[in-house]
Amino acid sequence: MMQLDTLFEQVESIVEKYGRERSNLLAILSEAQDLVAHNYIPEEMAEFIACGMCIPTSQVYEVITFYGLLSEVPRGRHIVQICDSTVCRLNKNTSLGEVLERQLGIKIGTTSDDGEVTLEYTPCFGACDISPAIRVDKKVYGNLTEEKLRRVINQTVGGRKA
Amino acid sequence: MKECKVVIDNKELVVESGITILEAAKKANINIPTLCHHPAQEVKANCRICLVQTGPEKLVTACSTPIYDGMNIKTNSKLVRETQKGVLELILANHNQDCLRCIRNGKCELQDLCEMFNISRADIGEVALCDVTVDSQPMDLSNPSIVRDYSKCIKCNRCVETCLNVQDAAVLAASHRSIDYTIQPAFGKSLDKTLCTYCGQCINVCPVGAIYEKDYIDTVWDALDNPDLHVVVQMAPAVRVAIGEEFGMEPGTNVTGKIVASLRRIGFDNVFDTNFTADLTILEEGYELLNRIKNGGKLPMVTSCSPGWINYMEGFYPDLIDNMSTCKSPQQMFGSLSKTYYAEKVNIHPSKIFTVSIMPCTAKKYEAQRPEMNSYGVIDVNAVLTTRELARMIKMSGVDFPTISEEQFDDPFGITTGAAVIFGATGGVMEAALRTVYEVVTGEELEAIDFHEVRGLEGIKAAEVDLAGTTVKVGVANGLANAKKLMRDVRLGKSDFTFIEIMACPGGCIGGGGQPISRDPDIKEKRIKGIYGIDRHKVLRKSHENPAIKKLYDDFLGEPNGHKSHELLHTHYTPRPGSRIKL
Amino acid sequence: MKRTANLISGQLKKYDPLQLSSYEALDGFAALKKAFELGSDGIIEEVDASGLMGRGGAAYPTGKKLRQSADVPGEIKYLICNADEGEPATFKDRHLLEFDPYSIIEGMVISAYAAGATHGFIYIREEYLYLHDMLRQVLALLREGGYLGTNILGKGFDFDIELFSGAGAYICGEGSSLIESMEGKSGRPRIKPPYTKVSGLNKKPTLVQNVETLTTIKSVLYHGSDVFLKYGTEKSHGTKLISLCGNVNNPGVYEVPFGITLREIIYDIGGGIKSGEDVKFLQLGGASGAIMPKSLIDIPYSYESLKEHGLEIGSGAVLVADNTNRIIDFLDSVQTFFLHESCGKCTPCREGNRQLSNIIGRMKDGVATNQDAASVERISNIMKYASFCGLGKTAPTAVLTAIRYFSDELFSKGDVYERV
Repeated sequence: MMQLDTLFEQVESIVEKYGRERSNLLAILSEAQDLVAHNYIPEEMAEFIACGMCIPTSQVYEVITFYGLLSEVPRGRHIVQICDSTVCRLNKNTSLGEVLERQLGIKIGTTSDDGEVTLEYTPCFGACDISPAIRVDKKVYGNLTEEKLRRVINQTVGGRKA
Repeated sequence: MKECKVVIDNKELVVESGITILEAAKKANINIPTLCHHPAQEVKANCRICLVQTGPEKLVTACSTPIYDGMNIKTNSKLVRETQKGVLELILANHNQDCLRCIRNGKCELQDLCEMFNISRADIGEVALCDVTVDSQPMDLSNPSIVRDYSKCIKCNRCVETCLNVQDAAVLAASHRSIDYTIQPAFGKSLDKTLCTYCGQCINVCPVGAIYEKDYIDTVWDALDNPDLHVVVQMAPAVRVAIGEEFGMEPGTNVTGKIVASLRRIGFDNVFDTNFTADLTILEEGYELLNRIKNGGKLPMVTSCSPGWINYMEGFYPDLIDNMSTCKSPQQMFGSLSKTYYAEKVNIHPSKIFTVSIMPCTAKKYEAQRPEMNSYGVIDVNAVLTTRELARMIKMSGVDFPTISEEQFDDPFGITTGAAVIFGATGGVMEAALRTVYEVVTGEELEAIDFHEVRGLEGIKAAEVDLAGTTVKVGVANGLANAKKLMRDVRLGKSDFTFIEIMACPGGCIGGGGQPISRDPDIKEKRIKGIYGIDRHKVLRKSHENPAIKKLYDDFLGEPNGHKSHELLHTHYTPRPGSRIKL
Repeated sequence: MKRTANLISGQLKKYDPLQLSSYEALDGFAALKKAFELGSDGIIEEVDASGLMGRGGAAYPTGKKLRQSADVPGEIKYLICNADEGEPATFKDRHLLEFDPYSIIEGMVISAYAAGATHGFIYIREEYLYLHDMLRQVLALLREGGYLGTNILGKGFDFDIELFSGAGAYICGEGSSLIESMEGKSGRPRIKPPYTKVSGLNKKPTLVQNVETLTTIKSVLYHGSDVFLKYGTEKSHGTKLISLCGNVNNPGVYEVPFGITLREIIYDIGGGIKSGEDVKFLQLGGASGAIMPKSLIDIPYSYESLKEHGLEIGSGAVLVADNTNRIIDFLDSVQTFFLHESCGKCTPCREGNRQLSNIIGRMKDGVATNQDAASVERISNIMKYASFCGLGKTAPTAVLTAIRYFSDELFSKGDVYERV
């Protein structure tokens, strides 16, 4: 993780950019999280934001743990999400899951040991017309065949030993 | 006022519009069962117990739904009964079932509902509606004062509201979603890693055994059983008008003599009164105040006998440490004297003296364990029991409290004044101080002893006193959200008070986190009435008139704020780790 | 009856959102101009006459909702376009946002004018991130063009719109939760009353409307309510966007007239079942919708006809499942969703979902007990009647309707359990 003081400087700019009103908390947390390579909000950063916005830390923590976008624990540098909701299950997302597990070398619901990638199920993100669908680093890919899936992973997460 | 005609369980009523179904039902003498609801708090409507039927297939929560003209309410239709019972079963399915070993056994709002809904063995557990699974976060046993047990939390959020709105610490909040939803400090920290003030107000509102005081009864029994130890006990003013409630007596009844007798039956070597050191505190603090006024010291001066307040100040107002009186609390002054003056008097080595205090307060447990609270290396107060713990200990001993004959405190710490007992009520320390300071400064006798302006449950009170031509303004706050208001002014240099009394707990110590838990909205008033009643009937009502205090100075301390006093009766404060300046 | 229509979807993909002039060239903002002429009452009358009902799922009469908002006094009043579209099997709003954003915003300005709103927001789910920048640019273009900001089109009406992104929570599609999230808090729903139309964002009167509702308001004003009344059934007027998906050949967004049958939707529009198998069941309205057996696919797709069978239009999702699917597996996917999305604050939804997940999991794995079979319906009913908000109340709908229509499949003798 980058040096804390550099990080705090950048977080401070984000807070100043949006303004300290509480209504900006989600946007600030989201952008601050993007600064962190492992896609989470470290405790010190949450405290820092809480202080800067005059919000009790316990309530900032409540917000972090409530929203699916935000995480209190480190995740992979890349996040691969498989939709696990009604339509994608009907369209056999399990086979996608199997391919991904093989290609990434990790089980669904885990992060690789080297911290490079998290593979997880996620609820519907509105791509039901191109089901089964996945998201890689917030970008949606649908109408997936095994071949297409491999290409997408190679282009985004990069080559990995299975 | 607009009126509405409603029908509740076949009874026609005319009530004012805008009230809730819950309130309307009360007027029809129907008590709709509730759980998350608390009379002194905002409506939450999250437990879903107080359901009533207002239309075909329509259930609403009575606590949150206002009545309208023509409403037809059924509180016990089949759909209501089945659904309510189902909701209760769902709560129980995620609740620790070991009532026999729970501190709230017999005093639990969830148990009350089980009885009311006729829950039987077959409804929950293996042959049941549902699986029993209990949240598995480990208990929080991290600190000397408060225990949190996640396996019993029903997520009513009462503690969250109190910690945020009444005590302004905001340590507890809800987090996560769905089955991970839980009430905890940020990042799941244990309380000792937070700025929790240990005031225990959360305990007072918890309907079940999810938060409670850390129990030191066994520690005290061990000391009593140890033939090598000389065990003494002191008791705070607020205990004596409240502990009777645990034995079915009226709140506010003065049961001092019965407590003393019970403590002797339990086996304490000597039974003393914290009021003695309350009088002492007034001498020390009174002179400290006059000194600051005369010599340009830091003003306003703020009282320091409430450890919940001290913790709050060290956590959120550490920049104002210099405003604090350096006086220890009466509990700690007593502890210190017990290991020095008293040890000499009875010729027992201080390491063999075990001092227990009975307090209405959970923060006192933390205070007693502060590293600086020792006299020449010997801890001043060895164990603190809350009013609730003492009640349990008395019951354990088989003492029939309501009928036991009264007994008197032991000397030399048994003579006390009315000024001391009023420490238990918000405004009491201020009033006691004024009674002494007035006479010291003016040299005249104070005829109007009662300072009514600083009494009562108002969050912030103020008074003006004429001290030999100078008008001195004093302020009193109870409840930390109110303390915040006064301290903000102090920080900004806008405070026109010279002396401020702050009690962490609403109502003062009589409303402390260690007091009997009650849902009576008038409980504090009743206890306060008891306190001032004792004061009124005391012969001596001003601390400086206490002959035993005079003797203590003559024999041992020298003079108020003298060298010996500073060694034993004064302390210092430090910002807490992780403190943040509260704006 | 025509199988598809284009009253609402006529402008989709017909212009470049980054070129304001390309929308203007399509008679863009004609509806807005007409709205200004009609005035607040006139707009509301037109919307009333069209019979339009809220398209987010609640189906509350839109004209009535606008009138209620207009009647609430307030110097500050908010209009929020609910683009959180979290309902599984629903993606129609996504299409509208991507391919016809101006119609939505035009509908917002019309609504705001009718209701007396002073500030607007588009609350868009974070999962539609790829649309955020484009929409911000659209708003900027509209400000430049005088369609947002002060004195819109010289009519003395001030109204501007900001984009607000969600952060991944289905419950934030619920109006009061959405508002909580806009205030920087966790999105747990609020107690009602007070209703958001009186006390919403920052305690000010707030009108929350679905994307499709807003675009349809614009269409109603543009085409006239009488044109809408030419389509539909006795109680369901006009047309609706459906999100057709699942095991069909042609998943996608289609505008259909009310009254079309589900059979026509599946076969004529959807191109039939991809696998060639037979249709087994449908779920209408999203994960919170009822399970509809194949035997009912000839009923008309309308509010009143569906209601007779305990079904609802909901979000307009039409999910089609073929007979390679087990009902219990499908219920498991529904339950997984609600277990993840429950906000957790009320007992029935939090604990009910926990129990249902356990039971349905056991049923799926073939190890459920007699007690489970008895409990599943009872727990579902507790959730339905006692939950704090719509999520908990409708989460068990699929289970309850599956029990109604597929009891034999769910509780077969010879398996570990039988229905008690």
